[in-house]
Amino acid sequence: MLTDVPDLQCRSISKSFADFNAVKDVSFDVPQGTFFSILGPSGCGKTTLLRMIAGFQKPTSGDLLIKGKSVIDVPPNKRPVSMVFQHLALFPMMNIGTNVGFGLRQRGVNRSDIEKQVKRVLERVGLAGVAERPISSLSGGQKQRVAIARCMVLEPDVLLLDEPLGALDLKLREHMKIELKQLQSEFNTTFVYITHDQSEALVMSDKIAVMNNGEFEQTGTAKELYYEPKTAFVAGFVGEANRFAATIKSKSADALEMATAQGQVLHGTDAVGGLKVGDTVNVFVRPEAVRLSRKAEGVSGLSNAGQGKVENVLFNGANSQLILRDELTGAEMSVALPQTGEFRDLSRGNLIHFGWEYLQTRVYTATGGPHGH
Amino acid sequence: MATDRSKLAFWLLLAPCLIWLVTLIILPHVGMFLVSLREKVGVREYETSFANYAVFLNEPLYWNTFARTAYMSIAATVLTLFIGFPISYYIAKLTRGRTKTTLFLMCLIPFWVSELVRTFGWMILLRETGVFSNVLQYLGLAAGPVEMLYNDAAIMTGLVYTSMLFMVVPLVTALDSLDDSLIEAGYDLGASGFAILREIIIPHAMPGIVSGCIVVFMLSLGNYLTPILLGGKDSLWFTGLIYSQFITRFNWELGSAFGFLLLGLSSFIVFVGLKLTGQSLGKTMAQS
Ligand SMILES: Nc1ncnc2c1ncn2[C@@H]1O[C@H](COP(=O)(O)OP(=O)(O)OP(=O)(O)O)[C@@H](O)[C@H]1O
Ligand SMILES: [Mg+2]
Repeated sequence: MLTDVPDLQCRSISKSFADFNAVKDVSFDVPQGTFFSILGPSGCGKTTLLRMIAGFQKPTSGDLLIKGKSVIDVPPNKRPVSMVFQHLALFPMMNIGTNVGFGLRQRGVNRSDIEKQVKRVLERVGLAGVAERPISSLSGGQKQRVAIARCMVLEPDVLLLDEPLGALDLKLREHMKIELKQLQSEFNTTFVYITHDQSEALVMSDKIAVMNNGEFEQTGTAKELYYEPKTAFVAGFVGEANRFAATIKSKSADALEMATAQGQVLHGTDAVGGLKVGDTVNVFVRPEAVRLSRKAEGVSGLSNAGQGKVENVLFNGANSQLILRDELTGAEMSVALPQTGEFRDLSRGNLIHFGWEYLQTRVYTATGGPHGH
Repeated sequence: MATDRSKLAFWLLLAPCLIWLVTLIILPHVGMFLVSLREKVGVREYETSFANYAVFLNEPLYWNTFARTAYMSIAATVLTLFIGFPISYYIAKLTRGRTKTTLFLMCLIPFWVSELVRTFGWMILLRETGVFSNVLQYLGLAAGPVEMLYNDAAIMTGLVYTSMLFMVVPLVTALDSLDDSLIEAGYDLGASGFAILREIIIPHAMPGIVSGCIVVFMLSLGNYLTPILLGGKDSLWFTGLIYSQFITRFNWELGSAFGFLLLGLSSFIVFVGLKLTGQSLGKTMAQS
């Protein structure tokens, strides 16, 4: 049975380049067999963090433990971690079999064992019998699997993946998302996966850390991040959200009343706690939290309600959206189009009532500048 | 017709290249070959025979010099490769931006002066009354003047120095195109620095290595000035023999035969080199 020592522990890892802090005081634990994702916008320091775990860069401060042992002074070729590179870095001068067997060869495993193990791992990633073929004969998705096989044959404690799906086209990416998750549970290896694509992170991960400006904003399961984002950045970055800037007018036990600069009155809940009357805040509402109705009565029971004109219908099958403009304030909102068919005939210029519950309206302090996108 | 037109354009564009090839390479060689087959039997009387080639085979001095030129050139090529590879790796992989340009230019600077002046530079350093000799005496490491000129080491130094750029340029080009992440992936998979060099870097740089070696070998083999000036009278370089046949002895027949032998030798060694490294000339030249 597994011990409860996590496979990977990062303790207050920081990295600065000259006068720029790329990673700031990051700490996290990854238990055995977890699919752990680090999600963040471009340039937030994800690759830097991963390269420190792999050993290619040395942290300015902090400690790294793998299976409870500090590896901070262990060079990359001695660390029990393997990395799948963004562009895979398969060796073009070798065929598929020699690529996969590369690591075993370095360990001095004898020829026949290497051959057996390479064969087995290629079968497991669904590429039996390709060992003799050159790398260039593979499709993008197959190369992906060879890159993973090349690492997995070494049975690393932790597999690091740096946006490995970035180079694939959309369709293949969707497919590989599921396949990666399957491979991970099959090998039962700890994966640390970095991406800037929230849907990749949400679909595959057991646990996600959202990173911004070199810091972890929040760590949690996909559901926690989606339904209970702890910071304005997470609320804006994970999933879609309508955002309003407002000022708090009054406060009751669990509800806040706010007003935007255009005079729109909003009701919401304090997401983190500690907001006071007079604070400037960011208010987030998910498009699917907004209810639509043809009659005013349909939304009159909701704590936030209004009437808007349809600006645009963005039809995208199950993910269709409406862009509404509030009649009163001119604020723009995006609303998920219910798939019941009830609103199928809506088109540009139609008027419609909309509203949502204050409990699905999350309010964050706006100090520290505007976040999100 | 469009195809006729493009065909015409093709031949017109090719023409300068063809003219160059025919007038400067093929014609002189055909002429030389014919001359080399003439045997002088009397005043202005010639017969066609392989007598000149027989002279070469029967005179140990000739074929000793021939063999010596070959192995010295091979040694110079190998030495240039061994010195040039780390330099190229440093330029291609460990520097960027300005430093890279500067280092590259430093390799080029020796070529701003003529080969003659460059070689005289070495003579000033190496001769008995030269800089090195004086420094050694000053430091008390040598009792009297030391002559460092007129030996094989001096020839080798000159050849390597002259050829370095022609090794560094193709190597830097080849190494530049090696993705850093391949090296990192190698480390990540547990390889030592040496294993990475052997399994990843050298196979990738092979076309550059081969084309650099071919050029350096040809330059060394055909070099005249450096071996004569740094090696002195007894340098025994094959181009020196050819020169003396043509210019000193007016024996164009033998000189031509020597020239042809040198051509055959260089072609043969390049062919063997390509076969040994599993490269083809086309592949090598396309890369660099
Ligand atoms: N060697 C370096 N020297 C100086 N700054 C660096 C260095 N490496 C990275 N940085 C900076 O650190 C920051 C984080 O870089 P990093 O590559 O980790 O971002 P990332 O999150 O992986 O982004 P992306 O999603 O675009 O790959 C960037 O602003 C980058 O410019
Ligand atoms: Mg990155």
